[in-house]
Amino acid sequence: MTSFLSVKDLHVEFPTDDGLVSAVNGMDLSLERGETVGLVGESGSGKSVTTQAIMGLFKDSKARVSGTIDFEGTDLISLSENRMREYRGKKIGMIFQDPLSAMHPFYTVGEQIAEAYRVHNQVSKKAAKEVAVDMLGRVGIPAARSRADSYPHEFSGGMRQRAMIAMALVCEPELLIADEPTTALDVTVQAQILDLISGLQQETNSAVIFVTHDLGVVAELCQRVVVMYGGQCVEQAPVRTIFREPGHPYTRGLMASMPALSDETGRLKPIPGSPPALLDLPKGCLFAERCEVAKLLPEGLCREERPLLRIHGDHEVRCHAHERGLLAVGGPSAAGNMKGESADV
Amino acid sequence: MSTAATATAPPEGAPKLVTGRSLLGTAWMRIRRSKIAMVSLAIVILMVLFALLAPVLTAIEGQNPDATNTGPDVLDAFENPGLPLPGYMFPSAEHWLGVEPGLGRDLFARLAYGAQVSLIIALLSTIVSVILGTVLGAAAGYFGGKIDSVISRLIDLFLAFPHLLLVLSIAPILQSRLKDSPLAQGSFVPITSLVVVLGFFGWAYLARIVRGQVLSIREQEYIEAARSFGTSHLSMILKQIIPNVAGVVLVYATMMIPTNITAEAALSFLGVGVKDPTPSWGQMLNAAQQGNWYLNDPWFLAVPSIALIITVLAFNLLGDAVRDALDPKSSRN
Repeated sequence: MTSFLSVKDLHVEFPTDDGLVSAVNGMDLSLERGETVGLVGESGSGKSVTTQAIMGLFKDSKARVSGTIDFEGTDLISLSENRMREYRGKKIGMIFQDPLSAMHPFYTVGEQIAEAYRVHNQVSKKAAKEVAVDMLGRVGIPAARSRADSYPHEFSGGMRQRAMIAMALVCEPELLIADEPTTALDVTVQAQILDLISGLQQETNSAVIFVTHDLGVVAELCQRVVVMYGGQCVEQAPVRTIFREPGHPYTRGLMASMPALSDETGRLKPIPGSPPALLDLPKGCLFAERCEVAKLLPEGLCREERPLLRIHGDHEVRCHAHERGLLAVGGPSAAGNMKGESADV
Repeated sequence: MSTAATATAPPEGAPKLVTGRSLLGTAWMRIRRSKIAMVSLAIVILMVLFALLAPVLTAIEGQNPDATNTGPDVLDAFENPGLPLPGYMFPSAEHWLGVEPGLGRDLFARLAYGAQVSLIIALLSTIVSVILGTVLGAAAGYFGGKIDSVISRLIDLFLAFPHLLLVLSIAPILQSRLKDSPLAQGSFVPITSLVVVLGFFGWAYLARIVRGQVLSIREQEYIEAARSFGTSHLSMILKQIIPNVAGVVLVYATMMIPTNITAEAALSFLGVGVKDPTPSWGQMLNAAQQGNWYLNDPWFLAVPSIALIITVLAFNLLGDAVRDALDPKSSRN
C-alpha cells in the first residue's frame, strides 16, 4: 500500500561548530488524501524541522537530510531545488505560526497572495489580483476587494491568519502543512480558524498535517495523531485511541500536563526534565531520562537499547514497557498497578 | 544630525499625519520639517537645474564656454601676460563671473557646463557603484557559502587597495588605449573612464553593508514563507530582499554622490580626469593651479572651489537628513 505521503526513516542533521545536531532521528509519518494528521510534541521535538524537510526547505543548505519522503510516488529528498520549487506552494502549501512575521511588511496582502499565485500560474497581474480578492473572500475576509489593498500590519491577528491561509491555499495544494496556525491567536479566533481550515480542506479534499502542541486542537480537528519526541515518532494512533488509551509514557505526560476543566485538584503535572540534547543523543530510549516507567523495567534496558516502533493494529508505540504489556490498559493512572506486574518481567 | 530629525508626535486633535502607509512618505515628511534638510535639498536642486540649464543660462548671458577672448582689451599683454584686466576679472553684466586668465573664456559658462560634467560623472559612477554593491552584497548575503566567501574576499581586496594610486595609474592607461577609437571624439573617453574607475572602486563598502543587512533579512520568517510558495531565488532577491535594503542603499547613494564629486575634482586636478577644453570643476581648479594663475587671480580659483564646497556640503547634509529620516529611531532624541 502506498500512501499519498509517506515519510520513512527521515533524518535531519545540522552540522555546527559544536558537532552534529540531530533534530530529526528516523521519523516515520504517513498520510492519505483528505486526511488530517496532528503532529504533536513539545518545543524542540522536531515537529517543525520535519515539516520543513517535507517542504524541501533544507535543500541548498548545510543541513543533512536522509531517508525517504515519498509524495505521490516521487521521492522529494532526491529532487533538486529547482524541481522542488514546482512542488512548493502548488502541491504542498504551508501556513505559518505567526502571520505577521510570515508576510512581507512592504507589500499589501492582495499583492502577496497574487504573487504567490503568479509563481505557479502564468497570468497577468490584474488576473492574479482578481484571484487574490476571490481567495480573500473565500477565507472570510469582509470587503475583500478593499482589504486586499491593506498591509499586513493593518489587519488584526485573526484576519492576518486568514490572509496567510489564503496565500497558502491560492494554488490549491494537495497537501497543506499548518505549523501551529492558531498558537498566536486568542481562543475565540482559534476556533474560527480551525473551522476555516477544516472547511476548506473538505472543499478541496486535500491532506493536512497539523503541527501543534495543543491537544485540544488535535481532538477537534484530526483523525490521527503522531506524537514526536526527540525527533522520532514515539506513538501514532487514531485520535480516539490516543485519548482513551495513550500508549507511550510521554503521551501520557502530555495529557497530564494539559489543563482539564474536570480536574478539581487544580495543579498541572508537568513532565519533569527537558528534551534530550540533540548534540549527543543517548543510546537508549530518548525519553528514558524523564520516564517514570523506565525504572520499573529491568536494569538499564531503557537506557541501553533504543525501542522500536511496534505496530498493534492501527496503534504504533515506541516503548519497551508498552511492548511488554506493562502499559496496555488504562490511562495515566495505570502507573499504580504496574509495580506488581514489573516483578513478573 | 539631530536637528534634521525634528519630527515629533502630531499635536492632539490634529488629523492623523503618519498614516504608516509608506516608508518614503514618512521620510519625506521628516525631511520637510528640517530646515537644514530643506535648504540643502534646495541647493542640490538648484545645482542640478544650473547644470541642466547650462545652455539656456549661457544663451541668456550671451556667452559660450569655448569662445576665447584674447584681445588686449580683455587680457593684460604686458605686466602679467594673460591676466584679465580689472574690468574682466570680476563679475560684470557682460561676463557674469568674469573671464578666466590665459584664454579669456567666460567663467560663468565654464562653471555651468563644468557642473554638467561634474554632476554626470558623480551620478553615473554612483549608479555603477550602487548596482554593483547591491547586487554583489545581496548575492553574498543571500546565498552564503562559497559565493559569500568569494565576494567577501573581493570586498576585502577592493577595500584594502590604495585607490588613489591605482586610479592615478589606471586612468591615463584607459584614456590612451581608447584614444584611437572612434569614441575618442570630444570628452566621451575621459568622462567614461572616470565613471568606470570611480564606480568600480566605490562598490565594495556598500556591498559589505548590504551583505550584513541581507544576512539578517534572510532569517526572517517571510523569506521562508516566500520559499514555501515556490518563489525562485531571483525573484526572492529582487522582490523580497532588495526592498528591505533600499533605505540603506538610498542613504549610501546620497552620501556617495558628494564623495564622487570631490573625487572627480581631485582626479581632474591631478591631471588624470577631464581635460581642457572640456570644463569640469576639477579641470577648472587644475587650470587655476597651472601657471600659478591663482597668485594674481584668486577669483579664478575661488569660483569652482566655492561651487564645489557648496554642492558637496549640500549633498552631505541632505544625505544626513535622509539617513535620519529613514531611521525609525531618530525621532526619539
